[in-house]
Amino acid sequence: MKLNYRIVIFALAIVFGVVFSIPSLLQTQSGKKITLGLDLQGGLHMLLGVKTDEAIKSRIKSIAASVKHYADRNDILIDGLTFDANSVSFEVLDSDEIKSFDDFLSKIEGAKIDTKGAVITISFTPKEVEKIKKLAISQAIETIRNRLDQFGLSEPHVAKQGKNQIVVELAGIKTPQEEQRARKLISRAAKLELMAVDEARNARVYNMTPADAAEYGDVILPDAKNPKIKYLVHEIPILNGSMLTGANVGFNKNNKPVIDFKLNAEGADIFGDFTGKNVGKRLAIVLDGKVVSDPNINERIGGGSGQISGNYTVLGAKDLAIALRSGALLAPVYMMGQRSVGPSLGAESIRESMIALAGGFILVIIFMLVYYRMAGLIANIALIANLFLLLAIMSLFGATLTLPGMAGIVLTVGMAVDSNVIISERIRELIYEGKSMHKAIEDGYSNAMSAILDANITTLIAAVVLYVYGTGAIKGFAITMSIGILASMLTAILGTHGIYDMLENRIKKSKDYKFWFGIKG
Amino acid sequence: MEFFRYKSAIDFMGKSKIAIAISITLMLLSYAILLTKGFNYGIDFAGGTIVQVKYDKATPIKEMREKLKTNKMFNDASITRFGSADEVIIRMKSSSKNVAEGIGDITRKALQGTGNFKIRRVDIVGPTVGNELREKGLMSMFLAIAGILIYVAFRFEWRFAVASVVALIHDVSIASGLVALFGIDVNLDVLAALLTLLGYSLNDTIIVFDRIREGIVGSKNRTLREIINDSITRTLSRTTLTSLTTFFVIFTLFLFGGEIIHPFAFTMLVGIVVGTYSSIFVASPILLWFGFDVKRYHSKLAEKAKREAEKDKMRAQFESGVM
Repeated sequence: MKLNYRIVIFALAIVFGVVFSIPSLLQTQSGKKITLGLDLQGGLHMLLGVKTDEAIKSRIKSIAASVKHYADRNDILIDGLTFDANSVSFEVLDSDEIKSFDDFLSKIEGAKIDTKGAVITISFTPKEVEKIKKLAISQAIETIRNRLDQFGLSEPHVAKQGKNQIVVELAGIKTPQEEQRARKLISRAAKLELMAVDEARNARVYNMTPADAAEYGDVILPDAKNPKIKYLVHEIPILNGSMLTGANVGFNKNNKPVIDFKLNAEGADIFGDFTGKNVGKRLAIVLDGKVVSDPNINERIGGGSGQISGNYTVLGAKDLAIALRSGALLAPVYMMGQRSVGPSLGAESIRESMIALAGGFILVIIFMLVYYRMAGLIANIALIANLFLLLAIMSLFGATLTLPGMAGIVLTVGMAVDSNVIISERIRELIYEGKSMHKAIEDGYSNAMSAILDANITTLIAAVVLYVYGTGAIKGFAITMSIGILASMLTAILGTHGIYDMLENRIKKSKDYKFWFGIKG
Repeated sequence: MEFFRYKSAIDFMGKSKIAIAISITLMLLSYAILLTKGFNYGIDFAGGTIVQVKYDKATPIKEMREKLKTNKMFNDASITRFGSADEVIIRMKSSSKNVAEGIGDITRKALQGTGNFKIRRVDIVGPTVGNELREKGLMSMFLAIAGILIYVAFRFEWRFAVASVVALIHDVSIASGLVALFGIDVNLDVLAALLTLLGYSLNDTIIVFDRIREGIVGSKNRTLREIINDSITRTLSRTTLTSLTTFFVIFTLFLFGGEIIHPFAFTMLVGIVVGTYSSIFVASPILLWFGFDVKRYHSKLAEKAKREAEKDKMRAQFESGVM
């Protein structure tokens, strides 16, 4: 037995591999572990797009609302207040008062103001448009994350992908009901608007077309419970959910769940003003474009609190409160792709790929032993070390193991021994040429090195390209294969060489080519 | 144990014409299949929806079809068996954009009354994502080939690089042709297999080329043809055995790895076989046809050595003059 630097490094690598793969293998409480991908543990993966144009529309709408409020408050008469997807315009009736709008207009961020005579048009600069779109995406991520955090699933993952896509990953969804709730929570715009019912014309609502309503600055909205019931409300809302500071589930007199909400100071102010001026009329509480209730205004409501009563279940009210608290989605999201795997399929995938891994592993081990004898045994030791090292590195990085990743590990088993096949064949060749076994081993390693290196590097090139261009689970394949190849350079080349070095004295004394390399010599 | 024992060089290059004829035929057949039948693109690239359903008995496909007809969403749905008799996949070309709409739930309701079943997997890929992935897929193929070409050119010589890339294209073409012929679902995992093949099938070629290079450097009096024949014969056990061990593991993956991994395993399996063949019968003959002149290489090498020697001599004179 002879100690040498190669065997020392190899031994250290084995210790490292075993120690750091233990948390993953035994699923210990502490320590860094490999996480299973959603395709193995079951779960829901969604790729969402964001309708950013809607965010601009909603900003425009809220500017329209504040124009109206400003004009009302300062007794400025305006006319023809309209808005489309990109701009708000209105006419100031008394042209002397255009100036008094300046102060208000200058406070709107990123606005481009066109004044033609007494007609003022407000739109956004291209830079502001970009900014709003960007904000809509980051706000959507933030909002969805908030909602899912409160939903009670373990470790929901919400992240931006590319420029304007959102990835949502939910592990551990067990029942279809749970999935449905999560979907609703994610997609719900949760846009709360308090709107004024146009009492003067509401009676005629069933005979009106949307175009008719628009002429009066109104819109027709359906009832949330019964879509056949319609309401005619002023298009520009009194205020919206952005002024909400809290939303909680409460219970009304009949012990039915309701949502109590609270407005911020500005909202409370506007709400107080409005209710004071409109006693006897109705207020429409609109959620995502549907009227959930239409209470009568009996008196001025100060303090800024209100209640939403719709026919909610406790769970439904809870989810809605979560959505309102986390804020509305500035822009709605839509599905671009989904992967969902049931827990039973995930478990089956794990079982099947483990069988394949074990089967391939045993085949390779037996083949190497039968074909190369001692050299095969040494290669097998390196192969086992390689697997531990692969698991350890993945654990340390907290890498995710996917089904293609498992395929990558299986492939690693087959490819890692390639180096040993190349080396052993070279050694056999040199022995046939009449070299001593010891000399043949030394020359075999140095001769085989460049071919092994080149072979591994070209495979790595392909793996790296796959990592950069692949998505999701396929990245897992690229990762396991790359780590496996890199680890094999340490174990299959350096490690086995170290073992031969350690056995140098015995090899020098021995003439048993059959025992060492499986040939007659 | 030993499969191949070197006795004398086998005349591989003598058979290269037949081999190349076979290869060209196979490649042309592959392209014909790819052009006429084409890939059976899965949802990763084509977009669409798949729902995997497992019953506790043999799947009542007929009843399922009847039930699905009642919902417009399943208009273009096709049902195919997935692995065992109790499992199927429902495929649709459409993909819902509505986040709140759980296709799994809708399918569950639609199939009610057909027996005990579980929805095990729902995959949806929107059209934009599919297109993006297809572009990325082609791009990655191109990049991997380019990267490998550059690397081999850098490590060997341009003739070696071109020969190995021709062999790579040969392997990927035939593997793709077989994937199309057997109607394998082409998803991202098949692309991953093809990319891995690019890297892996080159390994055998490199083993042979490395030996050829050694032969060229080491022997002045042999022709390139002799060197190639000798190198292939001497490395024959290496090229086949390395592929064999990988073949073992992929074969077990193919047999036991489950239905989802099947397309990947199939692609790798055919690719490994074709790749081993091509490193012997495609890459080396091309190298021979490029006509690498061993004698000229050595005379160049000698000239270079002579120049170096003269330079050294002059430098020595110069330095001693200064001293």
